[in-house]
Amino acid sequence: MNISFNLNGSATNLEVAPGESLLQALRASRVFSVKLGCETGDCGSCTVLLDGQPVNSCMVVAARVNGSHVTTMEGLLGDDLMIRLQTELVEHGAVQCGYCIPGLLISLYALVKQGPSCGGEIDEEVIRHALTGNLCRCTGYVKPVEAARAVVAAMEVPK
Amino acid sequence: MKVVGKNVTKIDAFKLARGEPVFTDDFTRDGMLYAKVLRSPHPHARILNVDAGAALKLEGVVDVIWHRDVKPIPHTRAGQSYPEPSPYDTLILGPKARFIGDRVAVVVAESVALAEAALDKIVVEYEELPALTDMDEAFTNSEILIHEEPDPQGISEAGKTNIAARIDKEVGDVDAALKTCDLVVTRDYHLPRVQASHIEPHISIAWVDEDQRLIVRTSTQVPFHLRRMLAQILEIPEARIRVIKPRVGGGFGDKQELVVEDLVGVLALRTGRPVRLEFTREEELIAARYRHPQRITMTTGVMKDGTIVANRMYVLADTGAYGSHALTVQGNTGQKVLPMYPAANIHFKMDCVYTNNPISGAFRGYGAPQGCFALECHIDEVARELGMDRLELRLKNHIKLGDTDPLSAKLGEGKEGLVRVVNSTGLDKAIELGCEAIGWGHEKEPSATHLKRGLGMALAMQGSGIAGVDWGGATVKLNDDGSVNLAVGATDIGQGSDTVLAQMCAEELGIPYDKVIILSSDTDLTPFDVGAYASSTTYISGGAVVKAAAEVRGQLAGVLGPHWECEPDAIVFADGMATGPAGKSMTMGEVALFALYQAMIQPMATASHMSNDSPPPFAAQFAEVEVDTETGQVHVRRFVSAVDCGTPIHPIMVEGQIEGAVAQGLGYALFEEVLLDRTGRVLNPNFLDYKIASSLDVPDMVTILVETDEPTGPYGAKAAGEVPIDGPAPAIVNAICDAVGVRMYRIPATAERVWRGLKEETR
Repeated sequence: MNISFNLNGSATNLEVAPGESLLQALRASRVFSVKLGCETGDCGSCTVLLDGQPVNSCMVVAARVNGSHVTTMEGLLGDDLMIRLQTELVEHGAVQCGYCIPGLLISLYALVKQGPSCGGEIDEEVIRHALTGNLCRCTGYVKPVEAARAVVAAMEVPK
Repeated sequence: MKVVGKNVTKIDAFKLARGEPVFTDDFTRDGMLYAKVLRSPHPHARILNVDAGAALKLEGVVDVIWHRDVKPIPHTRAGQSYPEPSPYDTLILGPKARFIGDRVAVVVAESVALAEAALDKIVVEYEELPALTDMDEAFTNSEILIHEEPDPQGISEAGKTNIAARIDKEVGDVDAALKTCDLVVTRDYHLPRVQASHIEPHISIAWVDEDQRLIVRTSTQVPFHLRRMLAQILEIPEARIRVIKPRVGGGFGDKQELVVEDLVGVLALRTGRPVRLEFTREEELIAARYRHPQRITMTTGVMKDGTIVANRMYVLADTGAYGSHALTVQGNTGQKVLPMYPAANIHFKMDCVYTNNPISGAFRGYGAPQGCFALECHIDEVARELGMDRLELRLKNHIKLGDTDPLSAKLGEGKEGLVRVVNSTGLDKAIELGCEAIGWGHEKEPSATHLKRGLGMALAMQGSGIAGVDWGGATVKLNDDGSVNLAVGATDIGQGSDTVLAQMCAEELGIPYDKVIILSSDTDLTPFDVGAYASSTTYISGGAVVKAAAEVRGQLAGVLGPHWECEPDAIVFADGMATGPAGKSMTMGEVALFALYQAMIQPMATASHMSNDSPPPFAAQFAEVEVDTETGQVHVRRFVSAVDCGTPIHPIMVEGQIEGAVAQGLGYALFEEVLLDRTGRVLNPNFLDYKIASSLDVPDMVTILVETDEPTGPYGAKAAGEVPIDGPAPAIVNAICDAVGVRMYRIPATAERVWRGLKEETR
């Protein structure tokens, strides 16, 4: 079936099979920042923004995004907030193998952009909750969390 | 130093953070086919016939192969140096299935979905055989033989028992010594089956190029071993094979083994088309490799003053259906662990048995996490029975500077080893700083009466490469602008070796780090290296880089000396400049132009490095836990690691290694376990049921680098990748015992197990 959706700001038409996941459809379209880790919605390596919300794209039937906005890392490469997040992760040594990192960055981006769903400040606890769906086997999460805190702290400094 | 010891930007970090297409699967080729493996539903069965007729009738299914289609060439998939210390007990596809999940047939089709559909259409005729899935039963039962090959090679008791490998080595006389001791303590410890769980699954793409060469793009830790193994089992010359390792999404030992590459190789050669095979997460948890499950019996004899007189460790281990790493992982369980307390009498014995369970193999720590758990829990038990402080007992007995590792000569990589003397150690300092950071001796009050707090510690040591076996090569080539190409066989799998090696190269040549262009792990383009395992890369491959860079520096001094009319030795290379006497100086770019266009030489060198030493990095690790006495739930509040890895070449990357290892060790201690039913079927092959640590599970971590100067290491470096995974499980379990008085002899210490322990304690 044919679907139309907005991918990273561009109107996109894709031919997808019934039951094909958004992860599969994106990777088949050479959107390679979206990684396959488990295909059961447990690891978060395939996290994308679906109408602004982070979702595991392996758990979304591609046909369902008809008419929606899908944003992946490829669509955020020029975004100031994403660049700040990437820079802090890199400088804090949070990128080891890097396989989980684009998905993890999408989750952090959504958190910092939108603020915690329960309101309030983005503290370490909130960051850890936001990352709980992004499994990382390399870092023990210490440096990714430190990097996210650095981004948040820099934003709080009045200009 | 200008570059070494500095937290330079990790060389590949930005492209990874940008999600650039750098992994094996971020790549396609026209006409690519997709492979899927049909796996045995039986733990032990002969494969009498495979009828693929219906599968091949599906449009888009190109080929189905089974054991009749491939030549039976016994080999090991262990991915070790040749000759391998692992048995040749494996075929690409064999006539017998030995575990639920063993390869039976392979389909290749135009899409993954088609390949999966074809699997359902294949009809296999099996002759079921009685199976052995209990390691004790496999040890004693010689009626059922899991391996009965007519041409066994390297199987310890081939054709007689199910014992794949055994070791029995003794220093001194443990039996006699135990009789003289004031106290002898014996305990059993049980270690679970756990899985590396790198987030990128095993994946390979192979194709035959226009020169009829087989190109394999693959997520591997051992590109050069892999090329050799593929040549052996595909029976084509190594000259016709090129292995390319792109970025790798984690390995942790699990990608040391050849798990998928032989299949894509066979199928690409048969079909003439590119073939891709990627494991699902379920396959990772069934058909990749595990940390060997073990039962360890520790017997320790001590005197009243706390002197350890004798130590005995007996290990029974389950290698599963195949014996890759059976000898060496279990060897490490003793070899890397027992020297921590170099008693005059040490006995290490192990039996590693085949079972009809899925396959065990290499996983970060390589046997040491099992041994360290047993030994470090046991030290606490000995201290308790002796009425001595557990820290004091450790301080009195642990290995010190100048001590000889008592097991080193008897126990090497599956053979006699080389004598190892401790030339650098920061262990005492690590213990001191760790105690301070955790607040040792200052018990904290829990927040509620049903919560109990406790502290635990563990000491660990490992190696830096395999002494006398591991080696690597490096090539350094100077370019016109003063930049250099550095080509290494060393394999960056995310741990950051490309960065560390580039740092060493820059330091040695006195050029900025960003002037080093590194290329690693392409068998056509880089020198050999054994690959990323045994904590070898910084120490061994780093040694090769330093030598090659020093040689290039010597070449440059050799052309500048006559030009400047000075001794070459008088020229200093630093800060991107060459400086001679009498105010002579050139930028490295000018030096390069002079060498290339006036002296007309290509400054370039290749060097190799091996070491007959394997200096141990040390770790002292500490846990503070809170145990809920109503539920048995254990919460690790704080975890301190103080690690001596010699000179940290890149401090925050070393911290990252330690923190990641602690998270993996935490899972080993508390919640990771691959569960099998009585037929060896994996019950939890997904990340929901096989739980690895998430951001909410990890404790507050404190990581302390205790710097020492290892005389045999490049810039004083030792290894860091494995040693910090050894201590978390015993430190946490010792802390649980400190909190509630319950000794967990079996991990993971799940809430249920701790709760049951508490019930028994109060009965």
